[in-house]
Amino acid sequence: MKNLIDILDLSTSEIEQLIDTANDIIDNPDNYRKKCRYKKLATLFFEPSTRTRLSFEAAMMELGGNVLGFSEANSSSSAKGESVSDTIAVVGGYADIIAMRHPKEGAPLVASMKSDVPIINAGDGGHNHPTQTLTDLLTIKREMGHLDNLTVGLCGDLKFGRTVHSLIAALSRYSGIKFVLISPKELELPSYVKDAHIKANGIPCEQTTSLDDAMEKLDILYMTRVQRERFFNEEDYLRLKDSYILTPEKLKNAKENMIVMHPLPRVNEISTAVDSDKRASYFRQAKYGKYIRMALILKLLEVE
Amino acid sequence: MRVDSIKNGIVIDHITCGKAMQIYDMLNLDKLDCTVAILKNVSSNKMGKKDIIKIDCDIEINFDVLGFISPNITVCIVRDGKVAEKKHIDLPEQLTDILHCKNPRCITSTEQDIHHIFRLTDRENGIYRCIYCDTKA
Repeated sequence: MKNLIDILDLSTSEIEQLIDTANDIIDNPDNYRKKCRYKKLATLFFEPSTRTRLSFEAAMMELGGNVLGFSEANSSSSAKGESVSDTIAVVGGYADIIAMRHPKEGAPLVASMKSDVPIINAGDGGHNHPTQTLTDLLTIKREMGHLDNLTVGLCGDLKFGRTVHSLIAALSRYSGIKFVLISPKELELPSYVKDAHIKANGIPCEQTTSLDDAMEKLDILYMTRVQRERFFNEEDYLRLKDSYILTPEKLKNAKENMIVMHPLPRVNEISTAVDSDKRASYFRQAKYGKYIRMALILKLLEVE
Repeated sequence: MRVDSIKNGIVIDHITCGKAMQIYDMLNLDKLDCTVAILKNVSSNKMGKKDIIKIDCDIEINFDVLGFISPNITVCIVRDGKVAEKKHIDLPEQLTDILHCKNPRCITSTEQDIHHIFRLTDRENGIYRCIYCDTKA
């Protein structure tokens, strides 16, 4: 049985297969409508989420399966003090596959050690978010046509931004990748991510605090939100939350075929005036999330 | 200074200078009834100075603890006054229930009854990271 806890659980060829399946689902949705009939997906969201949970649920429904679960820890038995291991042991008896989001880092790994059914990490604190990365890779493939030879700018909260960590891990395996890390000093990329992926693979990487300086070099600008829930201290959050705001003005120096991505939700880091720019890919990106999750569910349930 | 040689027991040799007490603590040697000698700052041709621990009874040793605290340690098992076995201890690939993760966001800070596991991610610099949250040991 296979789980998806970390994006590196998947080889690049497995990722390519998932992208091919997702593209086929987009082109031929009718072929997939009954693939997961009589199967159940449990969405265990110990932390609030809208799009990840809904896209998992929509994905299972479009495959003809059913969905059960909860959307916040207060409505689950964890509020009564139940351990992750016990919750999983119980839910594994009700569902064929589990998508789990948890505020504690490593919770889905613990779940996978105890579970009899496949576990998908739908986000564990500021650590990993592999299905967002699959979404990002599908978006890059569809919008740019390839996953290699790209200069990728990552902007905003690179410290707690789990989507950024997983994306760096995934893209570091492709040739010709360059990273430009754009963040305030306090929200710089953790050294373990840099060491394990960027340095280990000898990838060119530039670190800057200026989005304007970086803009013209980029093929992809990946914006992130400064997340209130990751701060122990409200003052730090308020000081850093408006560090980078993307406006049409700032995009003037960007390449014509550059794309702007964002895992969403955004607060104010991308002005709504950017939405009509053809380079703004984030809403298409959100839609692709459903298709890649459909492909992932099929793979983990070993449905042909 | 004279420390008697041991008849049946263990000699932990080539300990990095100053690390003997840490090993003493982590192996819970204070719980033993037998004689335990800690030698600090012993002259060594190879290391300049080293620490040595002599344990005058046959006990189970957690080699992972030794390798983690002081790689390149030598463990000699002594039987009937002679070295019966000699082991060179390197950095272990994994540490189980030896360290606790310091990250308050890690699942190990709340979940009961799970193993605390760290994996060697950088042999050159001896860096271990929590398998759950990737925090450095």
